[in-house]
Formats: sequence, structure tokens, C-alpha cells
Amino acid sequence: MTVRSEAIDGNEAAARVAYALSEVVAIYPITPSSPMGEWADAWAAEGRKNLWGAVPSVVEMQSEGGAAGALHGALTSGSLATTFTSSQGLLLMIPNMYKIAGELTPAVFHVAARTVAAHALSIFGDHSDVMAARQTGLAMLASSSVQETMDLALVAHAATLESRIPFLHFFDGFRTSHEIQNIEILDEEDIRAMIDPEAVRAHRDRALTPDRPSLRGSAQNPDVFFQAREAVNPFYRDCPSLVQRVMDRFAARTGRQYRLFEYAGAPDAERVVVLMGSGVGAAEEAVEELVRRGERVGLLKVRLFRPFSARDLVAALPKTVRTLAVLDRTKEPGCAGEPLYLDVLAAVAEADNEGFAPWKERPRIFGGRYGLSSKEFTPAMVVSVLAEAGRDRPRNHFTIGIIDDVTRTSLPWDRSFSTESPDTVRAVFYGLGSDGTVSANKNSIKIIADATGRHAQGYFVYDSKKAGSMTVSHLRFGPRPIRSTYLIDRASFVACHQENFLDTIDLLSVAEEGATFLLNTAVPPAEVWDRLPREAQEAVLEKRLRLFVIDAYKVAQEAGLGRLINTVMQSCFFAITGTLPAAQALEAIAASIRKSYGRKSAVLVERNVAAVDAAIAHLFEVSTKDRAVTAHARRPTVPHDAPVFVQRVTAEILAGRGDLLPVSALPPDGVFPTDTARWEKRNIALEIPSWDETWCIECSKCALACPHAAIRAKAYPESALDGSPETFKSMAWKGKEFPEGTRYTIQVAPEDCTGCGLCVEVCPAKNKSEARLKAINMTPQPPLRETERLNYDFFLDLPEADRRHVPAETVKGSQLLQPLFEYSGACAGCGETPYLKLVSQLYGDRMLVANATGCSSIYGGNLPTTPWSVNAQGRGPAWSNSLFEDNAEFGLGFRLALDQQRETALALAVRLAPELGEGLVAALASAPQSNESEIAAQRARVAELEERLRGMTAPEARDLLALAGSLARKSVWIVGGDGWAYDIGFGGLDHVLSSGRDVNLLVLDTEVYSNTGGQASKATPRAAVAKFAAAGKGGPRKDLVALAMSYGNVYVARIAMGASDAQTLKALREAEAYPGPSLVVAYSHCIAHGINMTLGMQQQKLAVDSGHWPLLRFDPRRRDAGENPLVLDSRAPKIPLKDYAYRETRYRMLTSSRPEEAERLMTLAQQDVDERWKRLEEQVKHGS
Amino acid sequence: MDLRTSYLGLELRTPLVPSSSPLCESLDNLRAMEEAGAGAVVLHSLFEEQIEIDALSITHYLGTGTESYAESLSYLPEPREFRFGPQEYLEHLWRAKQALGIPVIASLNGRTGGGWSGFARQLQQAGADAVELNIYDVPADPGVTGAQVEERYLQIVRTVRKSVSIPVAIKVSPFFSATANMAHRLVEAGADGLVLFNRFYQPDVDLNELEIRPRVLLSTPQTMRLPMRWIAILHGRIQASLAATGGVHTHEDVLKMLMVGADVTMLCSALLRHGIRHLQAVKTDLERWMQEHEFDSVSLMKGNLSQKSCARPEEFERANYTKAITGYHLKL
Repeated sequence: MTVRSEAIDGNEAAARVAYALSEVVAIYPITPSSPMGEWADAWAAEGRKNLWGAVPSVVEMQSEGGAAGALHGALTSGSLATTFTSSQGLLLMIPNMYKIAGELTPAVFHVAARTVAAHALSIFGDHSDVMAARQTGLAMLASSSVQETMDLALVAHAATLESRIPFLHFFDGFRTSHEIQNIEILDEEDIRAMIDPEAVRAHRDRALTPDRPSLRGSAQNPDVFFQAREAVNPFYRDCPSLVQRVMDRFAARTGRQYRLFEYAGAPDAERVVVLMGSGVGAAEEAVEELVRRGERVGLLKVRLFRPFSARDLVAALPKTVRTLAVLDRTKEPGCAGEPLYLDVLAAVAEADNEGFAPWKERPRIFGGRYGLSSKEFTPAMVVSVLAEAGRDRPRNHFTIGIIDDVTRTSLPWDRSFSTESPDTVRAVFYGLGSDGTVSANKNSIKIIADATGRHAQGYFVYDSKKAGSMTVSHLRFGPRPIRSTYLIDRASFVACHQENFLDTIDLLSVAEEGATFLLNTAVPPAEVWDRLPREAQEAVLEKRLRLFVIDAYKVAQEAGLGRLINTVMQSCFFAITGTLPAAQALEAIAASIRKSYGRKSAVLVERNVAAVDAAIAHLFEVSTKDRAVTAHARRPTVPHDAPVFVQRVTAEILAGRGDLLPVSALPPDGVFPTDTARWEKRNIALEIPSWDETWCIECSKCALACPHAAIRAKAYPESALDGSPETFKSMAWKGKEFPEGTRYTIQVAPEDCTGCGLCVEVCPAKNKSEARLKAINMTPQPPLRETERLNYDFFLDLPEADRRHVPAETVKGSQLLQPLFEYSGACAGCGETPYLKLVSQLYGDRMLVANATGCSSIYGGNLPTTPWSVNAQGRGPAWSNSLFEDNAEFGLGFRLALDQQRETALALAVRLAPELGEGLVAALASAPQSNESEIAAQRARVAELEERLRGMTAPEARDLLALAGSLARKSVWIVGGDGWAYDIGFGGLDHVLSSGRDVNLLVLDTEVYSNTGGQASKATPRAAVAKFAAAGKGGPRKDLVALAMSYGNVYVARIAMGASDAQTLKALREAEAYPGPSLVVAYSHCIAHGINMTLGMQQQKLAVDSGHWPLLRFDPRRRDAGENPLVLDSRAPKIPLKDYAYRETRYRMLTSSRPEEAERLMTLAQQDVDERWKRLEEQVKHGS
Repeated sequence: MDLRTSYLGLELRTPLVPSSSPLCESLDNLRAMEEAGAGAVVLHSLFEEQIEIDALSITHYLGTGTESYAESLSYLPEPREFRFGPQEYLEHLWRAKQALGIPVIASLNGRTGGGWSGFARQLQQAGADAVELNIYDVPADPGVTGAQVEERYLQIVRTVRKSVSIPVAIKVSPFFSATANMAHRLVEAGADGLVLFNRFYQPDVDLNELEIRPRVLLSTPQTMRLPMRWIAILHGRIQASLAATGGVHTHEDVLKMLMVGADVTMLCSALLRHGIRHLQAVKTDLERWMQEHEFDSVSLMKGNLSQKSCARPEEFERANYTKAITGYHLKL
């Protein structure tokens, strides 16, 4: 047997085994397990076969609940089946897991373990999901590294078939699922050798089939259910030893021996730490170091967590053990202790009670929590825990890795303790999202692993923004296996690929003494030193760093690679570190370039190879000898006038010091202030729009289209211009709505603009003397930053227009309303956020938002800041995210509560009317609130009511005071993407539409699961490629609008701002005004379409022109007026679908990968369009 | 009536050749052209630059936004196989060869030296009877001299000539200072035929949007005067076939071109305007005219009015201008 080594991540490792051993793969996207499904789908699309020579059926379902159901059915019918999931997804599978286990059905669930949402959602790793499934009857096998993930995946598949118990095989989300290591790959023969064909046949023989009819899923009664439930006991009793036998067989073949519980450390250890998952790597390093220092400590790795074998656990421990420290990567508030701790406690007690204890004196056991939501877990922390174990009375239920200054559970740890090996190269790279840094590093790992046979590890950290984000790559290379499952904090090489990071974070804190620092900068080498911020200079001098510089953007630009600097920086890394001999390194990079790009473009190969050569020629070392520190210091993260919470908490997170915040700094219930995005000045735009009032026609389309509220319009009295900055621009307001002399300004927020250019594209006004220019034009940001910052500050202080007099029914008028959704971290040029911003302008001061999990919940609610903001009166959108699947119901709950509160308030008011005044109460109950003036009047009444109530002491008065606000109208918005509305949340959405309640559902339809990385939803159109539809989506997209119209009493609209902003505005206003459920489906161009986002609005227009997205409004109120409720707002298709579609990579790539299929699907997709248009025309002609 | 002619060493049954146009992208259209009497067909052009743009664009967009946010490290699946490049074109060429009995001439617009030679070779392998080089650029750089432009043309011809054994035609620009000399050197460099002339796309102005628009203008019969003159001048003076293209709409246009010395006449705008069946009409009219005027064969008339053979060769040179204008005024 030849051992083949390859650098892959944990997800791919698990997916390779699962795919080979499955006939049915039921999937649904959820981070961080989605790549397993993506691999399976991609392999099936290219026809890769499983162990039995067939291509598995890879089926995406509408939710994880659906995936589990399909899995159950496939298993029951005799197929070998698998699924992949995480977090809430696993929770949705639980009902079926009970069934699958209860019926003794072999299956493997591969889980990239992730935090379950509680006070907040987190996409990162811990065991709260798998621990929530420990009672279902599934066996649970924990992998602690990428190698183990592949190995134990196979053990799980082999053992499930032999034991009949379904397995949950889990590994830590991100830390293992996304860590790249070069591991020994199991090939098809390894896999085949481990699978017992008899067990496979036995599974098939148990299939539900009319040829041998049987009944399952019976209903049982008190007489027999209990006994039947106990009938499974022998299977669980025998499972652990069976798993060990499988592990032994595996060891015989591969040489890698695993045990159910595996001990490492001193044979005579007195203190032993017990844990499972990726933390094992850090713990093992710590224990080895302590043992080397003579301490009697050890580590017990837990692999088979269920069925839990107390005897095997006890047998694995040294007899000398006196204290067991059990670490759980989960939290169960209110419990007697976390799960592993309780199990160990029980096992030890049982050993004593039942006489299988090897020790003389029962060891003490204490437990604690670590690593929630991928919190760092380092050898230093393990040392701290083991030190605590040596105390007379160790602190039980401790935490490690945080500072708990509230209930003081946390143990301190010595940050200077390190187990990093001196022969390991440790490199940290700070890159800009999408600049190629991460992909280059992934590539370097493969190069080094392949060329040198050294061990390599890569782990990548991303920030919370989708545009202009920072990526940090942590790479280790060394002669020994790398078990360091934590970030590098003493790097021998630090690279900063984006110069301005130096101004915002302390990135040299990770550099060790004498390390090398590579900076990408446009500043000439001779001037670099003086341009470094003082903090960076100090670090360079104190740590005696070697400083290298390169202008990678220049090199890349000259090589024709635009802003892709990956090849350039990668070449510099190899050249500086000498990880490989120079010639060999360059040849390896060139070979890898040919491999990566060769199948796509010879030009790209040429350009990248040219960049490799040019890189070395442009790399310079800057002498730091006799350098002095200069005065240029970093700007404070937020200005000093920011609110206290922003200064104390938000700013710390922004500066990369969130890990240091103590428990007391954070709200215990997940309630955060809004209005924080404005404190985060990101300065990510290279160019920003510059207004030329000479040609402006005051349409305000630029402000409407801006996804980030970074270009705004205001109309204000001329007198407000007093004291304006010199460069502040204005022009006369051209409408009649405001008094003579009113001025109008379009102003850009220079530090918040992302430079997407959508505003310039939608600007209809041409400069008549130079037609390439418009009334706004993209201009380099740096020279404008300071002047425009002052202008923007002045602009913000200009009075807001009186909402009562703003003509909000026009696009131009709507843009005079203050946006209460601003500067989000969405992709530059996002197609969703312009809609949200518009809604916030129209209704932000009275809206509640129920936001489904997805892009909008991430750019809306991912710390550190939120774009939802407040107006001068302190009013603004109130926002919450419950789950992915329940959003419509969650929002309906808002409405139910608001209506109920109003009812209660009115009842109380009526009772108190004699004291409050009959007139006021009557007006509060019946005054109309259909426009801004009426709402303002009602708010005044509510204020008066509150004023009167404050003077009253009766309990009813106090009750009414608490509810008085409910008498002013509130607007409920239920917001989410198509994954929610069409798939996982459709049942709830449908129910809410049928409820008749006054809620507004806004579907930001990108036709794909954007947030999880572009998986197909039922909104994905035919002929488009998406993940989980890698061969092109074969079926038509679901017509959600038609389904909603079928109710007859639901307001329904399909809108596309780029095609008709007036129709968008009209539809949103009608939807809000409609006193029942409204559904607005908004075309949202998306980065997942593979388009130039600057042209997103044009693409929306083409979608409408081609008939792909017919604009319509269905208003049941029109029926009451004797009219057809359906109005078509766009004309018959005037361009073929392909003229729209083939401007998008999602469609076009199929013409390159499968031209015939692309042609076939496009023909069908055109038919879909034609037929739907015909149906709509019929509906308009004959009535709905 | 013998309509046969020889072009690039190929024996054609008629001198009517539909030239490179979008019509040639459909196999059904190609069959219809053959049925209507085409002597050969020239396929639409294979553009190297377009292939590159497609590849670069898809690669760019597959990478856009990736590795930025932990949940969406990429947005599109990346297929293992991409078929960027000429495969689609080569398959079409191969199918055309299977479907047609008449010669199929491939058209190529390269960008790089490797592109010209590599693609030309692949066209030959896919069955092309000849290759027509469509050198399509506007030398807008003030730093580039006429000599450099000429050398680029010659270099391309030499490159392709070395790469293939099938005949090579070159569709030339009318904008050389010394057209006759250039024609001579192109032939020396290895061209088997010259196609006169390439009608470069000329952009238009959109007055409403204040933008430049790519609005294609179809040729008119007036267009043919320019190629007609140069075919007349070159006929018998260079050792290569001559194809007339641009403004050939009727049988009379065909006759004129043949008489000044064209071996074939290429039709494009007329077919786009009137449909492929127009070719049949031209052929019928051509035969009728020849019958009426007692021309038995195309070869008989070919070049009979070329500069070398006509009675007043100076008519094709400068004197012609003065007379034409004078005549025009007299008619007013």
C-alpha cells in the first residue's frame, strides 16, 4: 500500500469517505458543514462513482428537517445514506434521529460542530449542537484533527453497518472543518477493506419492500412500548467493543490506532484532563511539555461519546489518577454540570459502586467550560486547568479562555506559556478579503507539503464584513506532525498585504523577536519608515524585526492581474523565508499556476508567471538600523464623542481586542444598542462619487440606489447654509413642495462609501460638454477624504425635512427622508440593501423588523456594529433575528403582541377615560393613522396621554403608561431571503399569509442562498449554476408570487428597483398601507450571480425586459372597487432571456463547462418565461 | 452555363460565396446556402480575444467576493472542466464539413502569435478547406508607423503559413498607403488569396443617450467601387486569388467584379437583408445574363475588364475622379 498525502480540510476529508460509501446524500446548506454537501454535489455532477460503481443521488432538501426525512426514507428503503449538518440544522434533524436510531438503521450524520444560537447566533464552533443530540440514540464519534476526521468517518461508516446503530460523527466547526493539513488519504481500497459486505447486504435485506412486506412506525400503547424500547439494549451494549474492533482493523491496515478513550501523558499521572474534539491537539502539546518538565499529568481523549462506556473510560485512565478535570465545549445554563463532566462523574462513581475501579481512592472530579463559539483554546489554558487540578479545592464549573468578572468562574492563564516548536515556521498573513491572500496561502501549503514532505497546517480567520474585510491566515510548516489547534501568537513571519491595516489594528503583536515583516505598500522603500504608524515602528525596533516591502499592486497591475496580488505576495514569501530553495520555489509556484489557471486561460498563466519574476525584482529590504520612532500615531478607533458603550465595547471589538472584554462588558440577554455603524469609519473605497451640481436634475436616483446610505439628498432652507465648509455644494430646489429659496444637496459619506459605483451608473444626467461624465462621477477617495468628511458632517447637521410635508410618493421625495439603515457591511453594490434602506426611510421610525437568518441578518446584526439607526427623536427600526426557519411566524408574533397591547391599552384607557378626558381617549381609539401627519398627531396624543398618566397613581394608570406607545401605529416587516421564503420558511410564510394579519413580508430574492455561499434554492432559475446545482438547475424556479396571489386577500408585488424605482416605491407603500398580509418579492442582484456589481441595477432592468422578472402588483382592494386586482407594471418581454442571463457568470459558466446542456436548459428557461408571461396576460385580461 | 471558378486552388461550382457573418453560425443556414448555389462558405470568425475575455471574465467572477466572509468563502461551484477556447467553433466547423459538399473556409481573428498559429492548425485539423485571416484592428496609436502595421500583417501571414498546409487567404484593410505593394508582399509572405476589403465596424453616435453605439451598417452597392478598383488593378499582377467583398448585392455586381478580375464574389449584407434565398436569385439572374450575353463560362469573363485587359486602364487611376465629378454636375 502506498501512502498518499494531500493537503485538504476536515470537511473534504469527511465528505470523501461519506460520498464513497453512500447511495443517497440528503443535504441542506448550513455553515460550517456546507462544503461537505458542495463536494458531494460537485462530485456527482462530474459523475464520480461510489464504492458500488454508481453515482450517488445528492438531493438538496428544503431544510435540515427535510434532509433528515429523506435520509430516513432512503435508509428505510434499504439504501446507504448520509447527511451533513451543523448547529440549528442538527436540531431540526433530531425528531428523525430518534426514529432512525429507534429503528436500528445504519447511517452516518457528519457534523461540523457549531454553536447553537441562544442570546445570539454564532457560526463558529463548539459542541452545543451535538450535545443537544446526545439523547437521540445515535452513537457519537468525535474527531480531533483533519486526519482523524477522515479516519473516523470511515470507522463510523463501518461501525454503523455492523452495529446497526446510526452514528453521529463530529469534528469542530472551522477549527477542523476548515483547517487544511496534509494528511494521509484513504483510497478506495482502504475504504473497501473496512466495509463488511455482509453488513451491507443485511441492511439491504431489511429494506421496506412489497416483496417482503413489513410494517414500521407503528403506534404502541402502554402495554408494550416500554418493553419494545428496552429491546434495543443489546445493540448499545455491544456497540463500544464493536467500534474498538473496527478501530483495530483500521489500525492493522493503516497503522493509525484509535481507541474509544485514549490516554496520553505520564503513566503515573495524578492529574488528568478529559476532553474531546480539536482541543485535544492543544491539550496534548501542553501535557507533553509538562511531562517533560516532570509533572505527573495526563490527557484522556474521548472519541466514542455515545454509547458511553464507563468501563472503557475507567480502564483507559492510569491507576494513579487523583484528579480529573473535565472540559466541556458547551454550556447548559442551570445544569448540574455539562454533559461530559456528568458522564465522567457517573462513570467514576459506577466504577466504585460496581467494583471495576482500578484506583484505591476515587479521584476528585471537577469540570469547566472552554472554547464556546471557537474561542481560542491554547496549551497555556490546559496548563492552567491542570494547575487548578493540583489545588486542594479546585474551582468547579470554571471557565477558561475568558475573563469572568461577574460570577468569577474564570481561571487565569499564563499567556507567555508556549509549546511552539522552534523548528516550525509560523507565518501570519493579513489580507483583504478576495485579494487572493487566502487562496495563495492554501496553495503554498500544498506546494510546501508536496515539495518537502514537511507537515503543513493552514487556518484562516475572517471578519464580520462582506466587503472590505480583513482575512488573517495562520500557516505552520515543520518536520513534525502539527497538532497546534490554535492561532499563531508568535509568528516568525508576518505579512501585511493591505497597508491601511497598520492604521487600525496592532498586527505586529503576533510577531516574535527577530521575525520578518513583509509589507505591501505603494510608498517607495526609502520613505516607508516614516510613513509607518508609531506603534508599528516601536514593534519593529523592540522586536528587532526585519522589514521587507513590495508594491504588489503595481507589480500585479503591470502583469495584467488587476488587484490580484496573490502570486506576487506568495513569491515574496518564498523568497524571504527560504522555505524552499529559490529556484525550486519559483518553479513550484509556476507549476501550481499552470495547474490552477491552465484549464481556464493561457493568458492568466502567462500573466501570473510574469508576476512571479517581477515580484522578486520589486522586493526590497528596508534597513531599520539607527531608525527612530516618529510621531505619526494611529487614529483612535472611534471618536471620543461616541457613546460610552461604543467606546468601551464596540471600539474594542473593532480594534481586534474583543477577546479581552470581560463578561461584565456584555449584555446578558443579547440586547444591544442600534445606531452603531456610523462610528465605524472603514475607508474601504478607492474611489467615491463626486457630485457635479451643474448637471444634476435632482432625481435623487443616486441616493435611492446606494446600498450603504453613503450618498444622500437633503432639501433645506437657504439660511441653513450659514457657516458651511468652503467646498460644500448646493443648488436651488426645483420642486414646488417647499418654499422659495429651498436648497438641495447630494452629499457623499466619504469614509462609509464602498466605492461600488451603483449611484453613478443610475445617474441619468450627462455632462453636456463631456459626455463621459455625469452629474456624479467616481473620483479617487484619498484626496477628497478630509474635505468631504467635513462636508458630510455639515450635511448631517442640516435640518431633516419635515416628514409631514415630504412628497414621499415620489422617488425624489422619498430620498429626503432620513435613512435609518446605513453603512452596512454588505457586499459593495449589494442588491438587497437599497430596498431595506428605502423601507427604513419610509417607515423606519415606526417599524419592527423580524429578520430571517441570512445575508440580511449578518449585515444587519453581526457584531461589532449594526446599520439600523435612529433619528433625532430617538426613534428607529427595532430589529431581531430569531431563526432561519421561523421568521414569518416570529414577525407574526410581533403583530399579535402589538395588536393585543393596543387592545389592552384601549380597554384601560376607556376605563380611565373619566380622568384622562373622554375626548382624548376617543381620539386615541379612532383617529386615522394613514399618513405622516395623522401619525404625528397620534404621537402627540400618546405623549399627552403619557403626560397625564404620569400624574396618576392608580395601578391601571401605570399599566396603561407601559402600553401607551402601542396606540401609535407600528409597522411590522418580516424580512429575509429566498432560502427562507421559498424553502425552509415557506410553511410558516404561507401560514402567515393566510392569517389575515397586518404584516409586510419583504423577500430579498437573490435566487440563491447567498449568505452560505451560493447554494441553489427553489428560487434559483432554470439554467443557472449554483452550488448543489453544479450541473445547472434543471427545474424551473418556484413562482412564489403566483402562490401568494392564489389566496386572493394577500397584497402581492414583484419589484425590481433597477427596472422601475417608481413601481418599487409604489408597491412598498401599497404593501405597508394594506391592512392585511403583504408579500413583496424584490429582485436583488447579488455577488453570487457572478456579475459586475456596479452594473447591478442595469441587470435588474434586463431581468424585467427579458420577462424573467415581470413587475406586478396584486392589490385585493382593487377588487372591491370592481377592478382587476392584478396590474402588470412591465411590458411583454422585449429581449430574449439569454441576452439577460448570459451577462451573469452563473448562467454563462455552464456554456463553458457543458455547452449542450446549457443550450437545452436555456431553451426550457425561455419557455418558462414565455409561458409565465402568457399566464399573466391571461390573468390581466380575464381577471384573477 | 459553366459557373465554375478556382479560388485558393479550390475548384468551386459557382463564384458566389457567402462571407463570414452571423448567418454562418447555424448549420441549417449553411445547408440553405449550399442549396441556393453557394460555391463555398466562409464561416463566422473565431476570435482569440473573445476566448480570452470569456476565460478571464469567468475566472474573475468565480473569484469575486471569495475568501472574504467565513460563511461564503466562494459563491459558485468551480467545474473541473472548462471548455474555453475554440472547441465549440471547431465542432461547428467539423459538422459543417460533414453536412456540406462545398468547401468550407474557416475565418480566424487571432491576438497573439501563438493564437494565430495554434488556432489555424486546429482549424485545419477540424477539416477546414482553407483559412481566411481576419486581421481586425484600428491602428489608433500615434506612435505606430505604417511600416509597423504592414510588418504585423506580414508576420501574421508568415506565422500562419508555417503552421498549416491548407490555403490561406487574408482579408485586408483598404487603408494601406501602397495597396498594390502591400498585396504583393502579402502574397510573398505566403498568402494564397486576398479578400478585398475588410469593412471595419464603424461606431455610431446615439444622440438621445449621448453615447457611442455599436450599430452595424449593412453595405450598399456603392461600397463595391473601392474593392472593384483594386481587384482590377491587382488582377494578373499578383500570384494569388482575389475575392471581392463589400457591396456585392446583385448579379450585375457579381458580373462586374468577375470582369475586373475577382475569382469569387462574397455576399453578406444582401443575404442579411433579403435572406439566404436571395443567393438563388442572384445565381439565376447571373446565368440568365450570361446566356443573354453569350458568355459560356465564368472563366471567359474573368478579368476581361481588369486594368491590364481593359481599353482604358487609366480609368482605374486618378483621371477617373475628375471625369466622374464633371459628369455628375452635368446631370443636374
